Amino acid sequence: MISPEDIEKLASLGRLDLSREEKERLGTEIESILGYISEIQHVVGEAEVPLGKQELRNVVREDNDVDESGIYSKMLLDEAPDREGNYVRVKKIL
Amino acid sequence: MTIDLAQLSIRKAHDHLSKKDFSARELAQAYLRSIEKKDADVHAYIEIYDDVLLQADKADERIALGEADMLTGIPIAIKDNILIAGKKVSAASKILENYHATYDAHVIELLKKAGAVFLGRTNMDEFAMGGSTEHSAYGITHNPHDFSRVPGGSSGGSAAAVAMDGALAALGSDTGGSVRQPASFCGVVGLKPTYGNFSRSGLIAMGSSLDQIGPITKTVADAEILFRQLRVHDPKDSTSLAAYEEKKSTEKLTIGIPYDFLEKGVDPAVRKNFDESVKKLESAGYAFVSVSLPHVEHSLAIYYILMPAEASTNLARFDGVRYGLRADAPTLLAQYVKTRGRGFGAEVKRRIMLGNYVLSSGYYDAYYNKANALRSLVAKDFDTVFNGNGVRVHAIMTPTAPTPAFPIGARMADPLQMYLADIFTVPANIVGIPALAVPSGTMVESGKNIPLGIQFMGPHRREDILFRIGKSFLGES
Repeated sequence: MISPEDIEKLASLGRLDLSREEKERLGTEIESILGYISEIQHVVGEAEVPLGKQELRNVVREDNDVDESGIYSKMLLDEAPDREGNYVRVKKIL
Repeated sequence: MTIDLAQLSIRKAHDHLSKKDFSARELAQAYLRSIEKKDADVHAYIEIYDDVLLQADKADERIALGEADMLTGIPIAIKDNILIAGKKVSAASKILENYHATYDAHVIELLKKAGAVFLGRTNMDEFAMGGSTEHSAYGITHNPHDFSRVPGGSSGGSAAAVAMDGALAALGSDTGGSVRQPASFCGVVGLKPTYGNFSRSGLIAMGSSLDQIGPITKTVADAEILFRQLRVHDPKDSTSLAAYEEKKSTEKLTIGIPYDFLEKGVDPAVRKNFDESVKKLESAGYAFVSVSLPHVEHSLAIYYILMPAEASTNLARFDGVRYGLRADAPTLLAQYVKTRGRGFGAEVKRRIMLGNYVLSSGYYDAYYNKANALRSLVAKDFDTVFNGNGVRVHAIMTPTAPTPAFPIGARMADPLQMYLADIFTVPANIVGIPALAVPSGTMVESGKNIPLGIQFMGPHRREDILFRIGKSFLGES
């Protein structure tokens, strides 16, 4: 059972502002979806082979060929909702 | 010459362009006119780019120099979650309403190099979450074959654009069927490549272990052309496959059908069409056997655990700080919460909540870990029928979707009903294998021809087998 407290908790974990109607609707919907996906708990079986065994490998690279400092700054900063010079402006954190 | 869009394929258009029967500009104009005429009813596009003719002129210069590639001057539609530097890209969400891409996706880089012409960005379910293109912040898309029905989703705009002759080809993205299911609903061809064949760099992420960009085209040969051009290793995507030589099959092919899996929830018209399609392939010389995939029936449940888990994680980056929408509030935390509350639509919120649920301590083992374990068992089922010691097949065939395109609004009230449309398409994403959806005829309802489709799945990196069967099924040379 999904309680209203569970919904509050999930919304807060997801950083989501939800209206009362949204919370009620999500409660019913998530309940029904969980009812469906819970079927997997009745399936017997443990992982036998690692998924895509041939494909799994570490992908690493040297940290070289870095871009020249600042070449993307303008483009990226132009997308910021609020800025001051070359800084993104945010609310006070501490 | 007059351009007959209905008759064009990429190869035909390329031949005409090379022979100067028409220019890339004239071809682009023909598509723009077609969009002008039809898109008011269909709404396949969120935006038509203002530099289409400029792009076409560049292609014409290249053609004049005799340096044309197969895709030079070919008008293509791009799903609104694939980045083109400097152009708006929103994933059909309010949270990215005025966002401009700051770089090119790898597939876009390749298409630009080839000289393709981008017509515009197509409508989709917000963040690719949905199977009907009704979950867009910018209006719904209608099925070009029957405006009262959905085009499928989430790449519904891309499929509708190709089906209405509003683009010669399109790119979509497929996390659980989002290329193949709309292709099927709109009567066109859709390919989900082997995971890692197309780079995900520049694709707005949903479920990173499942996402794959794929082409939507009118013919299998066109899908093959785009596949060959875009299957390029990309160091920016750590899951991108290393370059490899494609295999070729010449032997007689055997196709497996998981009959047990087709028993529940399949519309009788879809089943009848499927059985007829099997007969058609049998008479073309293909052998059929019944195969068993014991865990495949759990694919949808596995998918609706792993995908929300990955999506809720990927979507954490939309916080109103560095880009996109920012809703004002007194504190930073309040700003996050308000921005996301306003910026995300209902389906996105639902999946974030669900993702947080299956990842919470206390439920993590029961859902997320269990789903991962079962994922490997589904993968093993497929591996056994493709490579095992018993009955072996070259490909597996199912309907693409259990029903034809459904009426607009019919499933919006019941998310679970909506999810069931993915039942046959999610296994390929879970296993990472390639799958090709091809149109298989129509059913007539209320005097309208509603498309139906079938799907072929093959072993990893064996798209060649799917193309061979698909072309033979559609009678392409």
